[in-house]
Amino acid sequence: MPRYFTDEHEWIDVEGESATVGITDYAQEQLGDIVFVELPEVGATLDKGGDASVVESVKAASDVYAPISGEVTEVNGALEDDPALVNSSPEEEGWFFRLSISDSSELKGLMDETAYKAFVDSL
Amino acid sequence: MRFVSERCCTYQGTKDLSDDETPEDLPLEVLPLDAWHREQGARMVPFAGYEMPIQYEGIVTEHEWTRSSASLFDVSHMGQLALKSPEDDPGLAARELEKLLPGAITSLKPGRMRYSLLLTEAGGIIDDLMVTNTGPHISLVVNGACKWDDIAHLREHLPDEVTLTHYDDFALLALQGPEAGEVLEKLVPGTGALTFMTAGLFEWSVNDKTAHLWVSRAGYTGEDGFEISVHESHAANLASALVADERVKPAGLGARDSLRLEAGLPLYGHDLSQDTDPVSADLTFALSKKRRETGDYHGFPAIAARLAESESGTLEKRRVGLKLEGRLPAREGAVVFAGDTKVGTVTSGGFSPTLGAPIAMAYIDFAHAAEGTRLECEVRGKRLPATVSPMPFVPHRYFRGN
Repeated sequence: MPRYFTDEHEWIDVEGESATVGITDYAQEQLGDIVFVELPEVGATLDKGGDASVVESVKAASDVYAPISGEVTEVNGALEDDPALVNSSPEEEGWFFRLSISDSSELKGLMDETAYKAFVDSL
Repeated sequence: MRFVSERCCTYQGTKDLSDDETPEDLPLEVLPLDAWHREQGARMVPFAGYEMPIQYEGIVTEHEWTRSSASLFDVSHMGQLALKSPEDDPGLAARELEKLLPGAITSLKPGRMRYSLLLTEAGGIIDDLMVTNTGPHISLVVNGACKWDDIAHLREHLPDEVTLTHYDDFALLALQGPEAGEVLEKLVPGTGALTFMTAGLFEWSVNDKTAHLWVSRAGYTGEDGFEISVHESHAANLASALVADERVKPAGLGARDSLRLEAGLPLYGHDLSQDTDPVSADLTFALSKKRRETGDYHGFPAIAARLAESESGTLEKRRVGLKLEGRLPAREGAVVFAGDTKVGTVTSGGFSPTLGAPIAMAYIDFAHAAEGTRLECEVRGKRLPATVSPMPFVPHRYFRGN
């Protein structure tokens, strides 16, 4: 299952027509202690680059943008009770939402793990 | 995702910088402990014109360590000032300072300190500050982001015979938490005898050198603790000696902000400004009773009017605490509603690690400001239920003597 990364520090796991989205370990480290994650509604249509979620850490609120366009099929309900999952397991249990991919060509131009690591090292 | 700039809302602490006059354009200055913070693993951010540590291990960890043990905060960005009277009139500095603020300073005994407010002629708050009678002079500790304006204000209004000194070569370290008293007594014997809002001069010897420490038992966390003024040449040694005690860890501005919010302590530039007065800001305790009778200070007519309005229930608005339901914080700028009516605005808000829930300070229309009033905060189109709650949100634990 290929994993893509954006320069806005999101990861996207693609399985067929479905994509799972979360934020990277680097992102959670920058945010610090996360106290609330506002997720999109199931059925909502997200446009690439549009608002998808808001992450509230102790210090500030940060926007998460949709890395690709699609319809939300599922959100991670576990984050409601335990938003700190994003800190403890950002790239597995702390996933945010799943999308049905509307335009797979949008995946072109995203980074793979090696490229993302190089990108983070350059920051 | 896009990270919100860490110098945003909660930490900026400036008052006069409009949006088109952002302080990013100004070169950042370096404080005496800059290298020390970096060695300790701090994440540094711009704050009040300096590079300051926002966190080391993490805000919640540092917050909880302060409440359970003791933390060391560097607050050297704050302005440390002193007013000295001429030899032939030793009471002049206190008398003249009293014209600019509502606290009793002439009756302040040596070694005692008082929280006060510099006021405009209209009763607006120029800054909040600590005033101490050190014996030889009156010392002031003012907000970092306000210090240059404060100095200009003092120079303008104090007579030339009063000498104003800015101790910009001194660091200010805050040791805060329930273990602070025992930690400092072990390192600097005698400091443990200080009680809340008293201060004194102590000596601390290290490497055959003696440093003079001006130690005040006060702080900005709601916990027992000290603020220690030390010459910059000794600051790193003192900081290292303090964190060498396993009960002490360094903490950053992030934890300082969440701690002071829980303690109900206002932050200048957010909860206080020249557009707010001490009565609306719920700081009437800083209006000394004796000084209210004489009324001989800047802004008194306006303050007397606000006090009368407060008595009669016609005050326009008041700073209150809000406890929110759920986990989503309402931050500075969030609008507060009673039904469909806008009744106020959040001036500081965040997540309380101690309570495990969001809390806020807000200015609320007086008719809706009574404790227990049910209101709603609007955050991104959502209405969050909130209740007007007494402050502090977490009880103060100051040391007032055995």
